[in-house]
Amino acid sequence: MSLLSVRDLTVKFAMREQTVTALNGISFDLAKGERLGIVGESGAGKSITGFALMNLLSRPGYIDSGEILFEGDDVVQMKPRALQDMRGNRMAMIFQDPMVTLNPVLTIGEQMVETLRAHRQLSREEARQIAILKLREVYIPSPEERLEQYPHELSGGMRQRIIIAIALLLDPQLIIADEPTTALDVTIQADIMELMLELCQSNQVSLILITHDLGVVSQMTERTMVMYAGRIIETGSTRAIINDPQHPYTQGLINALPQQTKPGQRLKQIQGTMPALGRIPAGCPFNPRCEYATATCRSQIPPMSQFAQVQVACHEVQRLQFEAEANRKEELA
Amino acid sequence: MSSYIETPNQSRLNRIWQSHMAYSFRRNPVAVVSMAVFLFIAVTSFLAPLIAPYNPYDPAQIDIMNSEYPPAWAEGALPEFLLGTDDQGRDLLSTILYGTRLSIIIGLCAVGLQAFLGISIGLLAGYIGGRLDSLLMRLADIQLSFSTLMVAIIFLAVTQALFGSETFNRYAIFFLVAVIGVAEWPQYARTVRATVLAEKKKEYVDSARVLGFGPMRIMVRHILPNSLSPIFVISTVQVANAIISEASLSFLGLGMPPSQPSLGSLISSGFDYIFSGSWWITVIPGIVLVVLVLVINLLGDWMRDVLNPKLYKG
Amino acid sequence: MFAYLVKRAIQAVAVMFAISLIAFAIQGNLGDPLRELVGQSVSEEVRQQLRDELGLNDPFLTQYLRFVGNALQGDLGTSYFFKEPALEVILKKLPATLELVLGATVIIIGFSVPLGVYTAIRPDAVLSRVIMALSILGISVPVFLTAIMMIFVFSVEWGWLPSFGRGDVVHVWGYWETNFLSLDGWEHILLPSVALASIMLPLFVRLIRAEMMEVLQSEYVRYAKAKGIAPWRIYFIHALKNTLLPVITVGGVQIGTMVAYTILTETVFQWPGMGFMFLEAVNRVDTPLIVAYLIVVGFIFVVTNTIVDLIYGLVNPTVNIARMGA
Repeated sequence: MSLLSVRDLTVKFAMREQTVTALNGISFDLAKGERLGIVGESGAGKSITGFALMNLLSRPGYIDSGEILFEGDDVVQMKPRALQDMRGNRMAMIFQDPMVTLNPVLTIGEQMVETLRAHRQLSREEARQIAILKLREVYIPSPEERLEQYPHELSGGMRQRIIIAIALLLDPQLIIADEPTTALDVTIQADIMELMLELCQSNQVSLILITHDLGVVSQMTERTMVMYAGRIIETGSTRAIINDPQHPYTQGLINALPQQTKPGQRLKQIQGTMPALGRIPAGCPFNPRCEYATATCRSQIPPMSQFAQVQVACHEVQRLQFEAEANRKEELA
Repeated sequence: MSSYIETPNQSRLNRIWQSHMAYSFRRNPVAVVSMAVFLFIAVTSFLAPLIAPYNPYDPAQIDIMNSEYPPAWAEGALPEFLLGTDDQGRDLLSTILYGTRLSIIIGLCAVGLQAFLGISIGLLAGYIGGRLDSLLMRLADIQLSFSTLMVAIIFLAVTQALFGSETFNRYAIFFLVAVIGVAEWPQYARTVRATVLAEKKKEYVDSARVLGFGPMRIMVRHILPNSLSPIFVISTVQVANAIISEASLSFLGLGMPPSQPSLGSLISSGFDYIFSGSWWITVIPGIVLVVLVLVINLLGDWMRDVLNPKLYKG
Repeated sequence: MFAYLVKRAIQAVAVMFAISLIAFAIQGNLGDPLRELVGQSVSEEVRQQLRDELGLNDPFLTQYLRFVGNALQGDLGTSYFFKEPALEVILKKLPATLELVLGATVIIIGFSVPLGVYTAIRPDAVLSRVIMALSILGISVPVFLTAIMMIFVFSVEWGWLPSFGRGDVVHVWGYWETNFLSLDGWEHILLPSVALASIMLPLFVRLIRAEMMEVLQSEYVRYAKAKGIAPWRIYFIHALKNTLLPVITVGGVQIGTMVAYTILTETVFQWPGMGFMFLEAVNRVDTPLIVAYLIVVGFIFVVTNTIVDLIYGLVNPTVNIARMGA
């Protein structure tokens, strides 16, 4: 049985003039201990998915329909009290920017102890001891001193380690990490990712990693989900997605990676930009930017279907495969 | 090239005025009613010489025997005095109309002075920066730490004692405008400075500088338009505050004299009679004052919601 | 810490210096000390002699230094009207004013925090809308008008509460007589305190609400929710502390404003405090008393502002006082 099972999740934003759909019938499953990457450009709905899983969308966003079964309970239907018990306890989240995530006027100790005491009957001292242990696990030097410090006294990398420690405090089943390294220095990014991978593996925690970085996804996750304009457009094992992407958008993403470009060659960018919510075109949302788009693409939303090793939502995937095959033969010849 | 630089500012302003602001105004009944009430008060008071039944400044039209008649709907009223008469026998309606005009004029002029001083100092401090900036902002801090009303009371009290009340009364309106105008410049200066600092970094200012425009032109033509929405919001609130300050000062006898009463001095002269039952001399101008300030504050609130400017915060 | 204290102290001294200059200028130009001393009927010769004796012909700097020297020793001249040292006259009136400010402050803090927090947490509730509507009405009614209306309703029409004076005060210590130790004292201070609080309270409610709503939008509040922290703890531990930091700074400035408003309330209620005394002194052109009032009030402003700055520095962990002096 899967740990998390999302069915037809639809999220809307009630704006002043109109209501826009930010997530459009998302469905996926996550097994216990599995690590899933969600990739896409900013605005694709990755972060919204993350917050929706916690039922923590802030106004004007709301879950319109669908269900999120987490360990058998539907997060969408949960009462506030049940949500409060679940958050931070069974399902934890790592936010994007460690500089603004921790409360500036509370010490690190207070912010760790309160989390433990919110979910377990512990004395302050017992909670403090657990906090120190967890800080050790994320390789924070002299954790006793850190507990007395305020967030602004620590570096961004240090703060993100603390946030990871807080996520692990209550041994959750699932951690959702929303671009956990985007706000950090490049030099620390790899350290943090390595730390997360190590901790997830040793603690048997499932991970949903939200990122725009395909490199990070290939290193960290077993399965990948590509999102575009509020929909999942391709999903499969990370290896298959990276090595043999089927959707033109995913192919574009991978071709745009610097590693895919020979020296002296221009980076292959996907032309155009993702449409704003509320201006999503009819048919396949990617069609205006897609060089293979046909009349069908402009009128009908492509369904998800199995192709090669992945699930993909594209009308023209067969023709694409055929052309790619032809190209390869040409190159060989 | 110069058109490339100017269009963003102008078209933005136009857009705000023509669509967004007008649209949200129509949709907001509180704003519409407030605006209507404000216009009604402003227009009737500015037309006071034409529509007021009497001239409260003309001694020939005042008869002390007429003093303290209640409003027309109360017992013992004279029908020719719709809102009754004050302690000197002046028609209250006429006196209120003239007084409201004075209150609005003083409020607008004082805020005009504040805005002029504050915007100039803010532009200067923000654009030149460095020592001048820190000196001016320190001054602004200190100035703000002293309440305007306190400064105004002391200034006016000393002025009155210095010149004697006769001379003081003659020039009271100028003293009021000057002191309320000077005391509140930091409100504008801080906000304008903050906008200048934000705008200075942007490309169009650089390109204007590269094109060889002088600092004066850059500030007035390019930076100032971007400070307009906070300036609008501050100004509304400031007009309301200035009218309250003027009324308070006049109430204390440090503003407009009883012979030429603003709303504050009218309330003050009525206060002595409230114990003897002549409530209307105080209560009616009081209501007019509150309604006037209230609608301006409501308009200010609405503007803040619509324009949502980045205001300077302490 | 030390450097910050020194910097703050230097600024306080600079402001007091400016105030002393203004006070000195007023003293030198307002009224004629000779006339107060000997009247009009003295020959020009005697007048000159007196001027010399009083040091009125000394150079400016000598006179100013003498003024400051005397002021530092607590000598701010003798009131023409009361024939007593001006400082003493004011200090006798000070407790009445301070008790009024205290009463108003208690009302303001007691009501603004719960109301501000409530309207921020439940912005769409009917009660919140009522509170916000009342608050904008509140800031639109001048203090003196509130005071008059309260007298009209509670004293004149209903006759519930006294309309003027301090009533039965209980002597505590030195010049200090308090309103808070007798029922009559409480009855007398109630209306003036409420009037004084009337304009500041809605201002604070709006300020706290605005700050709190901004804080509730912040990432760290969302993060606290994601950690499963109870709502009351999010509101009162995570959000309120961050809300109150800017409120402290603004509040400090408002304490000064409140001293100015005591002049209005004291005038309406004939409250025997400093403000009421000051207006009387102005009408009598009692220059030493005017000057003394200016200096005492200036001193109160400077001290409260300095204290507020220090408190802010202590409460806010992100302000490193030790480093702020640099």
